[in-house]
Amino acid sequence: MSIVGTRVVRTEDPRLLTTGAQYLEDLRLPELQGAAYATFVRSPMAHARITGIDVSAALDEPGVVAVLTADDLDDIPESPPGREPLLAKDVVRFVGEPVAIVLTEEHYQGEDAAELVSVDYDELPAVVGVQQALTDETLLFPDKGTNVLSRGGAKEFDDEAFADCEVVVERTIVNQRVAAAPLEVRAAAARWADDRLTLWSSTQNVHGVRDELTGKLGLDKKAVRVIAPDVGGGFGAKIGADRETVVVGWAARRTGRPVRWVETRNENLMAMSQGRAQLHTITIGGSRDGRVQAYRLDIVQDCGGYVRMGGMLPHLTMLMASGVYDLPRVETAFRSVVTNTTPIGAYRGAGRPEATAAIERAMDLFAAEIGMDAAEVRRRNFVAPDKFPFTTPTGATYDTGEYAKALDTVLEAAGYDELRAEQRRRRERDDPIQLGIGVSAYVEITGGGPDAGETARVSVHPDGTVTVWTGSSPHGQGHATAWAMLVQDELGIPMDRITVRHGDTDVLTEGVGTFGSRSLQIGGTAVRNAAVEIKERARELAAEEMEADPADLVLDLESGTWTVRGVPGRGVPWAQLAERAGPEGLSADTTFATDQSTFPFGAHVAVVEVDMETGRPRLVRHVSVDDAGPVVNPILAEGQRHGGIAQGAAQALFEEVSYDEYGNPVTATLLDYTFISAAELPSFELVPMETPTSVNPLGVKGIGEAGTIGSTPAVQSAVVDALGHLGVRHIDMPASPERVWTAINEARTAQ
Amino acid sequence: MNVTITVNGEKTSHEVEDRTLLVHHLRDVVGLTATNVGCDTSTCGACTVLVNGESVKSCTVLAAQVDGDEVQTLEGLAGENGELDPMQSAFREHHALQCGFCTPGMVMAATSLLRENPHPTEEEVRAALKGNLCRCTGYHNIVQAIMSAAESAEGAR
Repeated sequence: MSIVGTRVVRTEDPRLLTTGAQYLEDLRLPELQGAAYATFVRSPMAHARITGIDVSAALDEPGVVAVLTADDLDDIPESPPGREPLLAKDVVRFVGEPVAIVLTEEHYQGEDAAELVSVDYDELPAVVGVQQALTDETLLFPDKGTNVLSRGGAKEFDDEAFADCEVVVERTIVNQRVAAAPLEVRAAAARWADDRLTLWSSTQNVHGVRDELTGKLGLDKKAVRVIAPDVGGGFGAKIGADRETVVVGWAARRTGRPVRWVETRNENLMAMSQGRAQLHTITIGGSRDGRVQAYRLDIVQDCGGYVRMGGMLPHLTMLMASGVYDLPRVETAFRSVVTNTTPIGAYRGAGRPEATAAIERAMDLFAAEIGMDAAEVRRRNFVAPDKFPFTTPTGATYDTGEYAKALDTVLEAAGYDELRAEQRRRRERDDPIQLGIGVSAYVEITGGGPDAGETARVSVHPDGTVTVWTGSSPHGQGHATAWAMLVQDELGIPMDRITVRHGDTDVLTEGVGTFGSRSLQIGGTAVRNAAVEIKERARELAAEEMEADPADLVLDLESGTWTVRGVPGRGVPWAQLAERAGPEGLSADTTFATDQSTFPFGAHVAVVEVDMETGRPRLVRHVSVDDAGPVVNPILAEGQRHGGIAQGAAQALFEEVSYDEYGNPVTATLLDYTFISAAELPSFELVPMETPTSVNPLGVKGIGEAGTIGSTPAVQSAVVDALGHLGVRHIDMPASPERVWTAINEARTAQ
Repeated sequence: MNVTITVNGEKTSHEVEDRTLLVHHLRDVVGLTATNVGCDTSTCGACTVLVNGESVKSCTVLAAQVDGDEVQTLEGLAGENGELDPMQSAFREHHALQCGFCTPGMVMAATSLLRENPHPTEEEVRAALKGNLCRCTGYHNIVQAIMSAAESAEGAR
């Protein structure tokens, strides 16, 4: 029986559960002996001109090795004007922006010395929030003449699109800024020796980090080696090299001394890329029988102080705007603005959760307006199963989908009718704890794209063991287990003889990484293809060994041996073939790439209880169908869904990065940022469904972000639904007790 | 000052700077790096260890404060031949860890919970984990693992 599809516990875990993983801060390598500790001096102002920096007092502190500022960056290419610099030079644009790096002998000395670096700031008015940015009264980059640094989509909206609609609803909604907040913060270490930089980075993609380092430090590709140790979560915010990481690499070369850096959580919540931060104006129109005829999504993306990935996110949001629905007219447009806040980047879903949240809110608003059940309105507008591949008005081509089946399956699993009956009973008796039921249906885009390849190397050794190198850099997803399962499935070599490695640009010189739910479909396929290639080489070798026609050779997957068809007797084991392969070994390098993306989909039902006295919402049940095609290891796939659902629910109910009017972050510690805990969540009810794709030989789509994309709108909708009988139609996220209480009281006053 | 701590059954004695936090002492001086630092406000619980059997956030305690005490970290749980203890096993069987960063603190908090309350309800487990944050698992499998460890301890009695 194939191991693929079975529940295999992770091979990673015994180490993580006994000695703990080796995260960057745990590295005790000889190469890092005597490393200086790096501490960044960060701007306490959201927007200010730097008029002077005095480092003399810091240099007099015990243990201080060096204090370096932007003026010292004179040995590397200058950063282009308007782009995010490595260290702020003339102007700071968000609180937490790095201004100087302090190197000390001891860890604790760093903060002492950093406090003594005296930076003179001439304060400028801060731009906080997209509305203020759009006024252009204060400009972050005066040379550009506007804070709107990019725009796209429809040049002008066409109101004719809605002219024939019986019902039109328009609403402006907030998809708030949230923190990625992996449990391990950002960290890096670097060593310059023999004209080469070795940099250890807590990253999702070592090759991307290398390429950024070579570009920004003006180094040859061969002069940089990047290594990822164990990585404690990333969620998109550890894609590539942040400016601090580049500065750490530079400082090691500049001072000729190894340097190690790990930020504090406070720094992390000010300077690591954050997510979402879009303002949406949605317009939806249709007929009273539930058919939607036109939908418009107008996006304003807050990029923060500099454009990182904030410029790219709205493109994905526009692409996925119409969701699972077959809509005759769809209009989208975006403006990206800069504000004096932490820069925005990828965060679990990156542009797609925003699209889903918008269309799902729109469907709810439309359903409420025509007085139809929210699930029924969705059903009437789904892309029908016989329409695939389906190209949307915004240009996405969905591969496969069974949207109505996903919805019906999740409604049945949730006991939707009984939930509605219970809701009615509570409404009738004016229960102080009201019930809300939220339904969402989603489709998202994962995997492919023009540069979306991934690399793999599979080597069978003469002792019968296998080493798999993957360009996908895991940080909790369980690649070591899943990739070994794929190789066992092809080669018949048991998993316990297969070691999966990743994260060293000197071994696999090319690779892409783990993000955008791409690993299994791209990286896993590359591993599988490498194993298939090896099998073909082994067939030749076995044929030589057994003096038979290669076409007659059969690999017995149970025993992992090659035999000649119809000839009884002992087969040739892998070890013998690896031996025979000679010094080159039995090894295959592959790259798998595809331009075609995959489109995972699903449907969620969230059940929320709202305390009508306090406004406190509580998520009591969450049921989901998340269809990403065939599942290699249900344990891992379920884990991705669990984590995703929790993060999505966290955005709906709790999490928001906030600033005061001066641009000071007020959520820059975990005391203030309402990171979701076990106490606020129920156990999740997952329903399996597997619709394959033809885009890759495994038939798989991505599962990493699906849970997050489906859960946010379901949970938000459930809170609103709990108050539906009072006439409440919308509450912005996060649906805090205060916001819910206010909505209840406004609705009661209006009645 | 000199600090003597019994860590995972072994007596350690070191000169430390007065302000050294227990977590940094364990990691940088004693050399046990399983215990992690995930925040600076004693919120996340990644640094949870047991001091005289009780769970403590080791980023909130000075090394000097536990002079003469017994400290247990994740490294002290497994048997001599590396066999996982029941809580570690339950975490593995139930896929209660992904990136693993919260895991050392989570396992120690769970261990402490079952010592205080051997038969917790799911709600009690969830409430007890409020001070231990995880970004990967959505807590679902962590709760399952702890419930299952409690059950198997019950069965073994």
